[in-house]
Amino acid sequence: MSVGHTLLGLLESGPRHGYDLKRDYDAKFGHDRPLHYGQVYSTLARLLRNGLVSERGTEAGGGPERKSYAITDAGVSDVEQWLATPEKPEIYLQNTLYTKVVLALLSGRSAQQVLDTQRSAHLAAMRTLTARKAGGDLADVLICDHALFHLEADLRWLELTAARIDELAERVRS
Amino acid sequence: MSTAALLSATGLHKSFGPTEALRGASLCVQAGEVVAVMGPSGSGKSTLLHCLAGIVQPDAGATYYQGRRLTDLTDAERTALRRTDFGFVFQFGQLVPELTCVENVALPLRLGGLRRREAERAALAAMARLEVDDLAPKRPGDVSGGQGQRVAVARALVTEPKVIFADEPTGALDSLNGERVLRLLVSAATEHGTAVVLVTHEPRVAAYSTREVIVRDGRTTEQVVA
Repeated sequence: MSVGHTLLGLLESGPRHGYDLKRDYDAKFGHDRPLHYGQVYSTLARLLRNGLVSERGTEAGGGPERKSYAITDAGVSDVEQWLATPEKPEIYLQNTLYTKVVLALLSGRSAQQVLDTQRSAHLAAMRTLTARKAGGDLADVLICDHALFHLEADLRWLELTAARIDELAERVRS
Repeated sequence: MSTAALLSATGLHKSFGPTEALRGASLCVQAGEVVAVMGPSGSGKSTLLHCLAGIVQPDAGATYYQGRRLTDLTDAERTALRRTDFGFVFQFGQLVPELTCVENVALPLRLGGLRRREAERAALAAMARLEVDDLAPKRPGDVSGGQGQRVAVARALVTEPKVIFADEPTGALDSLNGERVLRLLVSAATEHGTAVVLVTHEPRVAAYSTREVIVRDGRTTEQVVA
């Protein structure tokens, strides 16, 4: 995910200090991977250099200086363009699982066992995500849904491959 | 058979004409657990569920419920057991269209001899758990698919059964409604220590289970020692 664009998007609701931006980011998007402070400040420095944010003064308090940042018109255009640009669909061709299935068939091992073991692991992960949805807020639910649908896509592939295993065995052994 | 099992089946065989639906399927269900029975279409999942529930008699093998062999019971005893100890949720057409929703939910209690007032009071409580008590006076034709399915779940739970058999219970619903039905079904069942046998081919549905059993070509991945 583009941290820079996400920070810019958060700044659209008003100027913020780096510390507040990090807190906002972590609360909304950083469920599994909170931002490091260093990453926040290096990203803000880059956005500043590129004219996408501007400094809005510095607060001097008991601690370190706190600079406030605001999004510029160029920053707003950048966010708009980012939102309007589709993400590249992720296509995993020749993935590890496919390789394992083919190698199992080539070596006379049980490809069905490979698929069953993987199904079990996928379902275990899906149970964890489903339980997390039950106790989570809407942001948690949406994030877990996304992961669940991806895992489900893997499982659909597994089931289809299981249904084609005899045909695949003939092909790889011929 | 495992002595701790609430419900178990060993070596079930069942044919319909020349088609072998089950070819040695076995399954064991403990009290309070949610078991997903998964597998491709035509693998024998629904036939296994029907045999477990005593709806269909296997050609060979045995099903035990609380230590009793279902095949040794008379038809009348099996029917009584299904009314008192088992609840059912299917994909389609479970509600009686001529009855209101609360009458539908109260039906198993009425068939068990409970007076109308008591039966409908219990039905309303079950409907409240499923968040459909406001639909009590409506007929099934006047509620949405998701609402109707939650009414059906309330009816399955109203007798406080030991086991609920759910066959593709969200197959006709969109993702959001399906999720709501499953969440309420599983939480209500878990609250009462009710076991759920959940037949599904959808991984996201199976993710509500505590474990899965795969049915493939009429056999299960689970081995149960008789």
